[in-house]
Amino acid sequence: MSHPVLQIENLQTHFFTDRGQIPAVDGVTITVQKGEVVGIVGESGCGKSVTSLSVMKLVPNPPGRIVGGSIKFKGEDLVSVDEKRMRDIRGNEIAMIFQEPMTSLNPVFTIGDQIGESVRLHTKASKKDARARAIEMLKKVGIPRAEAIVDEYPHQLSGGMRQRVMIAMAMACNPELLIADEPTTALDVTIQAQILDLMRQLNREADTAILLITHDLGVVAEMCHRVVVMYAGNVIEQGDVRTILKNPKHPYTIGLLNSLPKLEGSQERLYSIPGNVPIPGSLTVGCRFAPRCDKVSDRCRSEMPELKVVGDNHLSRCWLTE
Amino acid sequence: MAEDLLIVKNLKKYYPITGGVLGGEVGVVKAVDDVSFTVKSGETLGLVGESGCGKSTTGRSLLRLIEPTSGEITFDGTNVMSLSTDAMRKMRRDMQIVFQDPFASLNPRHNIEKILEEPLIVHGLGSSAERKKRVQEMLEIVGLSSYHASRYPHQFSGGQRQRIGIARALMLKPKLIVADEPVSALDVSIQSQVLNLMQDLQREFGLTYLFIAHDLSVVRHISDRVGVMYLGRIVELTTSSQLYSNPLHPYTKALLSAVPSPDPDAVRERVILQGDVPSPAKPPSGCTFHTRCPHVTEECRTVRPEFMDAGDGHFVACHLYKS
Repeated sequence: MSHPVLQIENLQTHFFTDRGQIPAVDGVTITVQKGEVVGIVGESGCGKSVTSLSVMKLVPNPPGRIVGGSIKFKGEDLVSVDEKRMRDIRGNEIAMIFQEPMTSLNPVFTIGDQIGESVRLHTKASKKDARARAIEMLKKVGIPRAEAIVDEYPHQLSGGMRQRVMIAMAMACNPELLIADEPTTALDVTIQAQILDLMRQLNREADTAILLITHDLGVVAEMCHRVVVMYAGNVIEQGDVRTILKNPKHPYTIGLLNSLPKLEGSQERLYSIPGNVPIPGSLTVGCRFAPRCDKVSDRCRSEMPELKVVGDNHLSRCWLTE
Repeated sequence: MAEDLLIVKNLKKYYPITGGVLGGEVGVVKAVDDVSFTVKSGETLGLVGESGCGKSTTGRSLLRLIEPTSGEITFDGTNVMSLSTDAMRKMRRDMQIVFQDPFASLNPRHNIEKILEEPLIVHGLGSSAERKKRVQEMLEIVGLSSYHASRYPHQFSGGQRQRIGIARALMLKPKLIVADEPVSALDVSIQSQVLNLMQDLQREFGLTYLFIAHDLSVVRHISDRVGVMYLGRIVELTTSSQLYSNPLHPYTKALLSAVPSPDPDAVRERVILQGDVPSPAKPPSGCTFHTRCPHVTEECRTVRPEFMDAGDGHFVACHLYKS
């Protein structure tokens, strides 16, 4: 089982702005094994998207820069490779899909051109072969009338169809790792169910590892083997999906789960975490969750806890679990 | 039994599609197509559905922020449809709306005091000093501080802005608040704060809510009764607990089963619908859901099902439940 596809270690991605240096990602360590689905959950501004962009080396520079740590993809450190090698990897070995399928597709090229582009770039396939591959991929992601859709433009498709096209494009070169950044957030629930189903199927059939970034704990429960919970640029808890959802240790994870309205069950008053999500850059000493935590002690305010093992494959960053 | 505060009958909103050389009308988009429901005083009615189902158009039509094509709206005994623009404005003292996007619905050039004071000025209520006092009070009520009054919208987080949106709606002490996706843009931990606030305010001021959302768990949590919309029509309407424990319409069942549950032990029958929501410009004949329905019969393709009581006030529009 121990074949890590991706090893992110102590990653630090900072943004250099007029307001000073903002540590959007501050010492994140995540490992993804072959064929595994790992979820990164957190609220806005916790650094989950910046982490995924760092892996693709797509963080806009300036203002952003990876200032420390390593990202090993099958043993190769992506932080130090040059742009030429990175272009070989992107779309070929690591592919990414984004939240808003409309803005990530080019409106002036046909679907076939866009799927074919990465195929031709990475495999030296002929135009004809690339087109055949595009049709094959469209069929694989469940698009009806693939032969006709291949010549259509993105605006002619619905949101769910566009996300299928994005997935077809990402999977066209059989990547070993797929990074999905909120792939279903812009979609309706019935369409979301279709897309999640498709992603699970691709994970099973092609054994593609998936790094899934989401804010929805329900999506995590349905998709992931392992979960990483992030807060204010840090990993605060990590473990397999059952442990995190059934037996969380960190007060933030517990609070997050309790503040979800449930489909089944009572209409009692919801638990709510007081205060607001911290603005990145406004960080204090001590535990970053301390200002909102209901179990806060003096030590939390002065000293940042380490990510410690609290159980089988279960890590938590909290003084309470010492 | 509480009386009906709002009665909506056969509400329709059609948008013309123009085209051709002369720009004539070539078709209509039936955004809201024959919707009827009532909201009792003090209750929360949830409206849920996917994008484009007409739930927001319904909400806005009630306040005539969008002029309905036809239908009857009776609010607090008054026929809202017959009111003049002026009388309608006065009517809106009692019916207010909270919008989804807390970033777009507050004027960035006005400070919070001005934003909150404006409804009072529009309706000519109170002296300047009284108005300012009311602003201070209202800020405290929604969980902000009085010193926030001099700040501008960009200085607040999403959750705080939504509190301001709610405060603005409450300034006139309305009876009904139409809340159009009030928590959809918020983070989970902030969402529960705003939901709790809305419930507290309802208890304190005896408010009636029409709560529009696409998130079934949120609607279930806050609503007494829930209406499920599909392509401009309400397909099922019943109490919140009935809807979730005993859904009747195949669309409701599919919708409920599609919601990902954060409980890894939840065992549920999974119904994954095929295809997309059809375009409201070309809705399918008969029952509009028949193109995606797993239980479709010949009748469904041709005859539109009536919206009927299937027992105990559980309304459903489906041929399967004709007794």
